[in-house]
Amino acid sequence: MSFIHDLSVTEMAHALKTKTIGAVEVAEHFLNRVEHEKLGAFLSHNREITLKFARNSQIKLDSNNGGPLEGVPIAHKDVFVTKDFPSTAGSKILEGYMSSFDATVVQRLADAGCINLGKLNCDEFAMGSSNENSAYGSVLNPWDTSKVPGGSSGGSAAAVGSRLIPAATGTDTGGSIRQPASFCGVTGIKPTYGRISRYGMIAYASSLDQAGPMAKSAQDCALLLSAMCASDLDRDSTSLDIAQEDFTNHLNSSIKGLRIGIPEEFFGDGLDTDVRAAIDDAIEVLKELGAEFVRISLPKTELSIPVYYIIAPAEASSNLSRFDGVRYGFRAKEYTDLIDMYKKTRSQGFGEEVKKRIMTGAYVLSHGYYDAYYLQAQKIRRMIAEDFKVAFMKCDLILGPVAPTPAWGLKEKVSDPLSSYLADIFTLPASLAGLPAMSVPCGMSLNSKPLPIGMQLIGNYLQESKLLNVAHMFQSHTQWHTMIPTESMIETKTGDAQ
Amino acid sequence: MALKQEDITRIARLARLELHPGEESRMMNQINDFFEIVEQISAVDTSNIVPLAHPVELLTHIQLRLREDIVSEADNRAANQRSAPAVENGLFLVPRVVE
Repeated sequence: MSFIHDLSVTEMAHALKTKTIGAVEVAEHFLNRVEHEKLGAFLSHNREITLKFARNSQIKLDSNNGGPLEGVPIAHKDVFVTKDFPSTAGSKILEGYMSSFDATVVQRLADAGCINLGKLNCDEFAMGSSNENSAYGSVLNPWDTSKVPGGSSGGSAAAVGSRLIPAATGTDTGGSIRQPASFCGVTGIKPTYGRISRYGMIAYASSLDQAGPMAKSAQDCALLLSAMCASDLDRDSTSLDIAQEDFTNHLNSSIKGLRIGIPEEFFGDGLDTDVRAAIDDAIEVLKELGAEFVRISLPKTELSIPVYYIIAPAEASSNLSRFDGVRYGFRAKEYTDLIDMYKKTRSQGFGEEVKKRIMTGAYVLSHGYYDAYYLQAQKIRRMIAEDFKVAFMKCDLILGPVAPTPAWGLKEKVSDPLSSYLADIFTLPASLAGLPAMSVPCGMSLNSKPLPIGMQLIGNYLQESKLLNVAHMFQSHTQWHTMIPTESMIETKTGDAQ
Repeated sequence: MALKQEDITRIARLARLELHPGEESRMMNQINDFFEIVEQISAVDTSNIVPLAHPVELLTHIQLRLREDIVSEADNRAANQRSAPAVENGLFLVPRVVE
């Protein structure tokens, strides 16, 4: 007996088109799961609104007029603004905020036929690697509820990993799609910077923020990414002026002779033995499929940590200056004058990690420190991008771990935030260079409750098709992406099966 | 070079933040921990390297595009003010700034 939630996005879109299942039936099935979820993945959902979308979809399906994803439910990370659901970015400062428009990503997926199931929990303003910085509580990892789901797109990863929902959107500034995807056993891709419009994405660090899909397979990601990517020239000044692409076109291409680079800096002492073993096994699978492996070097890998944690907070301190208690969201109850209102509103509305990053950013941009920190970081950022350019002369794509370890325990790194910064080491370089990168499940840890492990594929600019094909070929010969946590771990009520 | 109490107070003022004493010392320690790993960047020779502000520059010749300066959005004041903390007659209310 199979359930609607076992279907891939590809299968579900087909079943809806051929009228094997109905859009309302699908929406109700997932609403039942979402309403009973105990992982803390959702921040808002609304049965009435979702069913209204589903009924509209069914009308289109009935007249064979639907989009490529007509009737397929999706949920959005809460940094995408939506007209129909509150948009909080996981922050108290935006509690109850209702946007007057939908983010381009939300609009494009709706145009393709996706039904919006609601909004997903995340670290406040996408700042974090464990989802513990959300003002609305931590998300639990569905494989082991004593572990973090990763972050910042932790709600997205936990919801897809537990099969609560078929797919979700996420955003990635320094690894926020790839790392939670790795921790929860889902597939996620961050495309080339500028591929997807940032219009309506609540900004953290504008030169790094990029949206992407998180789903059960590379094939599903390809389908979703095709709907998400498009030029948005009038609304996003960094949107790339390039033609739309169907990323499913090149799936199933042979990878014989493909040169995959292995960066020595990604396999140092800090790498967990289970992660290393899983990556080594994945390399063997790809070798059997005809890929050739070459050793490469990304010498500035370690420097990407200070460089990222200077540049991102600098941009954040500027972006978050708009939260002043005047135009939207929270305002402190008591204050003496305008400046005091700004200060009290921001101090009560922002969480501690966000305040720390604003402070760090304000400091590295301040008089006397700008050259030594911010400008120096931007110079090294170019050197990091140059290192990739040299590496891609020797290989077609790069493979390594997403994170040094599988998911860590809840509260384990809360008192030592620097340790979670250090754990971002393998995802930051591609972010700083603006390269496309993805996370693909490739193994499980040997814990008593096994935890998923992800491998990272990094491509050259605009080579998403190549990444997705390699991931798809890998998934056609492995089962890791099909593994799901048992229902008892999800802690959803059992009556929700159809 | 570690940040001192007065530096934290100065930065908080720049950032329009008011920190509680406990929060302030915790933040000072965490920011100083972080700057220990930042110091390694000063050892990198970056002479003749142009700062990279934006990855788009690596892909296209235009660094930042400008659109025509024309009205592109209809007036949507009521919807835009729906989530404002204090509004009167279509205006945002703030504490008195001019006596």
